[in-house]
Amino acid sequence: MKFLRDQVDKLKPTFSEGGKLSFLHSTFDALETFLFVPNHTTHSGGHIRDGIDLKRTMFIVVIALLPALMFGMWNLGYQFHRATGMEVSLFENFWYGMLQTLPIIIVSYGVGLGIEMAFAQFKGHPVNEGFLVTGLLIPMVMPADVPLWMVGLATAFAVVIGKEVFGGTGMNLLNPALTARMFLYIGYTPEMSGDKCWVPIADGVATVDGYSGATTLGNVGVASSNGTPWSDSLLSWGTSISDSIMGTIPGSIAETSVIAILLGAVILIVTGVGSWKIMLSTVIGALFMGGILNLAGGNAWYDMPAWYHLVIGGFMFGTVFMTTDPVSAAQTERGKWIYGFFIGLLTVLIRVYNPGYPEGIMMAILLMNVFAPLIDYRVIQSNIKTRLNRVKA
Amino acid sequence: MSTEVIDKVEVKKETEALFSKKRKSLVSNPMDSDNPITIQVLGICSALAVTIALQGTLIMAFAVMFVVMMANVVISALRNTIPNRIRIIVQLVVVATLVATVDQTLRAFAYEQSKALSVFVGLIITNCIVMGRLEAFAMGNKPWDSLLDGFGNSLGYAWIIIAIAFVRELLGAGKLLGFQVLDKAWYTANGFFATPAAACIILGVIIWILRARSGYVED
Repeated sequence: MKFLRDQVDKLKPTFSEGGKLSFLHSTFDALETFLFVPNHTTHSGGHIRDGIDLKRTMFIVVIALLPALMFGMWNLGYQFHRATGMEVSLFENFWYGMLQTLPIIIVSYGVGLGIEMAFAQFKGHPVNEGFLVTGLLIPMVMPADVPLWMVGLATAFAVVIGKEVFGGTGMNLLNPALTARMFLYIGYTPEMSGDKCWVPIADGVATVDGYSGATTLGNVGVASSNGTPWSDSLLSWGTSISDSIMGTIPGSIAETSVIAILLGAVILIVTGVGSWKIMLSTVIGALFMGGILNLAGGNAWYDMPAWYHLVIGGFMFGTVFMTTDPVSAAQTERGKWIYGFFIGLLTVLIRVYNPGYPEGIMMAILLMNVFAPLIDYRVIQSNIKTRLNRVKA
Repeated sequence: MSTEVIDKVEVKKETEALFSKKRKSLVSNPMDSDNPITIQVLGICSALAVTIALQGTLIMAFAVMFVVMMANVVISALRNTIPNRIRIIVQLVVVATLVATVDQTLRAFAYEQSKALSVFVGLIITNCIVMGRLEAFAMGNKPWDSLLDGFGNSLGYAWIIIAIAFVRELLGAGKLLGFQVLDKAWYTANGFFATPAAACIILGVIIWILRARSGYVED
């Protein structure tokens, strides 16, 4: 540690004001504060002193994401070997999935950090840690078979159009990771949905009889259009609802396991990084809308038990990691309830009523991201009104 | 709406040159520093709606150019005889006549294209650039100046929508003017650029570039 510190100190003058490479000072600063606790403090104004800063907040989220990511890697191998009828060990499954996932993660971080640093140099402000979480979230919501250039393109789009044009980290209107996914989903629909993209199986590799890579959402959607009634056989190939909870189903890389995601949710809630109000109200919203549809009845979507909505597709992942993004979510406490409730409600509505989009959580979150400032505004105005009335009375 | 009068109390000593500096600026200003789309933010609907492919966009650009220039000249010639209280409806009659002419001409001679542009040719009537120029310029200036002003503004509108259409057709279909320029073997068309949302983003990027160049900041 001492050696590293000395080396960094030796390099410092080169990057400081007047040094040879001073134009790269924000990049240097970012790497230095990544290695060591920064020693600069706020000089003016009243501030609450807290040990937690942006870097630490982001790191907690990354830790919370790890269970889902690890499980996702294993599940990818498991799905592949299940489809091709091979029995392999737990480690081999994991290894297979890791080899599939790592390139996507590397591309996402490489492109995203490259652009962030370029913008920081250009605008002359320090590089911040905003991309640490986004860079990991992007690969986690991608189908495993996505081409790497698409990941790079989507990351570039999300960082530049989704974030930097609004003023960088903390100023973005939309969740950057979902912006990236949305860009690919609209731009390259065949590669981003359907039944081929979730488990990468090369051409010519034989699969087990009856194998289908379709997800539950896809199956139920087709059944609804065809008028097939609801039954558990509509769950993705060869799985039961407990597999959906466990996560051994095809899907985007890290979104399948409810259990692993809930583990992350506990970390977020205990450390206070993620808002439990948003998570809870999203679940309530989905159950509410699902319950109404259950009462109405009609096709497969209407008759599917409401709580199934919580465990199939990307609902849990979106609820725990995407809705709670502190920048794009509602900020007021009452606003959080409204914000979450409508995300849950809209997710179910989009799933059930729009055959073009099998999964609704991505669009529901992005839509409510846009409404979040309006919700906050109404909450604050109504609060002012109540307090004014109290004064008058 | 205020009226821009360029020669207020000027006593005419000699006739102004046909292309004097002031008149040149009537054409050049709307290209950049006073662009109807990027600065005045007018005509946005059609900029999003008709820019999916270059061919349709070019036709739209010419249609708007014809309507704006002709309407400017006609209204400018009539400006002293139009009663102020009914000026809007007079302007509307002139614009509607011109638009109907363009629409019918397209239907007669370029039916496929007119079908592809659907209602948007008819909607030139409601394009704010047309009424905006009539109200702001033609009502207070002479026909020749108005013609130049109409030309400049429609050209400013045209280059923006052509730029958007260029990007959208190139990236969204790999084509330009209907010809495949990016080989399908290695280029996967991006469906996002086929949606109007992409036009909104491209327009934003164009505004970004123009403002970064001019240093313009909105307060």
